[in-house]
Amino acid sequence: MRSARWIVALVLVALPQFAGEFYVNLISQIFIAAIFASSLNLLVGYAGLTSLGHASYLGVSAYLSAWLYLKLGIGHWLSAPIALAVTTVMAGFFGWIALRASGLGFLMITLALSQVLWGLAYRWSAVTNGDNGLSGLTRPQPFGLSLDSASAFYYFTLIVVAVAIGMMAKFIGSPFGAALKGTRDQPRRMSALGHDVRRVRWITFVYAGFWGAVSGLLYIYYHKYIHPTSLSLTNSAEALLGVIAGGSGTLVGPIIGAAIVVLLKNYVSAYVERWNMLLGFVFVAIVLFMPDGLVPGVRRLWARVTGRRKPTDAASNS
Amino acid sequence: MTAALEVTGLSKAFGGLPAANGISLNVEAGERRLIIGPNGAGKTTLFNLITGDLRPDAGSIRLFGEEVSRLPTHRRTQHGMARTYQIITLFARDTLLHNIVLSLLGRSRTRWDAFRPLERHRELFDRARAALERVGLEPLAQRPISEVSYGDKRRVEIAMALAQEPRLLLLDEPLAGLSREERVTVKKLLDTIPRETTVVMIEHDMDTALDMAERITLLHYGTVIVEGTRSEVVADPKTREVYLGH
Repeated sequence: MRSARWIVALVLVALPQFAGEFYVNLISQIFIAAIFASSLNLLVGYAGLTSLGHASYLGVSAYLSAWLYLKLGIGHWLSAPIALAVTTVMAGFFGWIALRASGLGFLMITLALSQVLWGLAYRWSAVTNGDNGLSGLTRPQPFGLSLDSASAFYYFTLIVVAVAIGMMAKFIGSPFGAALKGTRDQPRRMSALGHDVRRVRWITFVYAGFWGAVSGLLYIYYHKYIHPTSLSLTNSAEALLGVIAGGSGTLVGPIIGAAIVVLLKNYVSAYVERWNMLLGFVFVAIVLFMPDGLVPGVRRLWARVTGRRKPTDAASNS
Repeated sequence: MTAALEVTGLSKAFGGLPAANGISLNVEAGERRLIIGPNGAGKTTLFNLITGDLRPDAGSIRLFGEEVSRLPTHRRTQHGMARTYQIITLFARDTLLHNIVLSLLGRSRTRWDAFRPLERHRELFDRARAALERVGLEPLAQRPISEVSYGDKRRVEIAMALAQEPRLLLLDEPLAGLSREERVTVKKLLDTIPRETTVVMIEHDMDTALDMAERITLLHYGTVIVEGTRSEVVADPKTREVYLGH
């Protein structure tokens, strides 16, 4: 397991040396989608709160960063922390509203809030330039290094994704993460044990919003352009699809799921107009054969193939 | 000395149907109190009101002199209250040890640590193992809950509550569904609860429960009908009426 991890790391570091620009860019996009999906997974998989409004954090931080640069001429070194801070505060406010409910109510509130932002992005042309979107943006130059080439941006994104996934893994593995999973499985029992369920969920909501905002910054740096679709329901739903298809409540699942969505989007859309339909088929197939997602499903298959020596492995991995 | 638990005029109705109808009772610190009553008498409702799972329509609840009836459940737990459930409520996918750790975290500041790996908090696991040892389940520490017997789950329920070293312990039918031998084991376990812990227990199994209780409260239709020492309650004609019927 450990050696497999090293091989993956090595391949990722060496990738721009042998892969063409198209592929390097493709993997960069997967990285961005992976942060986005993983942050959503904190809510869906670990808090047991299904959100259909996660695009809010990606979209708002991207729009803010663009707007600060275009309208106020603020450089990246300042606009990035402002965008992250404002988006995180917004997540705090949204979480405060949405966490009055759980289950379906929570889902509907997150959806409604993000639809409001999507509508704003379309209609508030003075700020967002409406359907035309905001263009004419640049990538940051950390320590004077240009990120304009595909491979430079790839390495930048690789570092961010490594830090992001690492931080989220730490969060899940901590006592707080244990309490979080407890509130997912037995919220009433957790309250009786002295855990403040609502606050645990709120902190997680804010943390998920923060990493969603980070993915938003990478998103705008990559595309150098932003359009209201970044705030759309489709964007939230694609991430949710990735989380569920890959395996919610696992660290690797959402990364695999995000990769599938990005690959389908980029490859299939070149040949088939209705690529969304194919995404739907793939999703249905995964859910039919592996109801809890690809990663847990493949793990189970693997355990069956290699003999049933460690039947409790799956349980301790959650 | 202030009472461990002081309930005054507690009422709760579900859609016009009163489940608790002006319940008042006093439990002294260190006491063992048994709450009995026929099905639907409001025993579990009373527990849910005390813990904060339900909000009362009227009345007050004092824990060690402090008014808690407006506090959320988790804040009441911080006052030293712990409970077990009639219907087993455990973390089925996790190990016995992890279940106890979650209980210990509930009363520890460590629960807000979102950075250091859980496994590094050795002291939590040591205390959790000790809590399991106390109920005789230490050898099963690494087993998931879903793989142990019903009787063991009952003991984990109790271990989770005891691990917090509560000042007030609410036991909701701790013997329900246990075999005769298991009942003896759990009974012995309950006898080891130190006097610093006040115990309020709902139980139907009179043989076991009666000799543990010092005072007994009989509930019927959401009100206290009889209260007193063991012999007083047993001798009271109203007890016979409720239990032996018409």
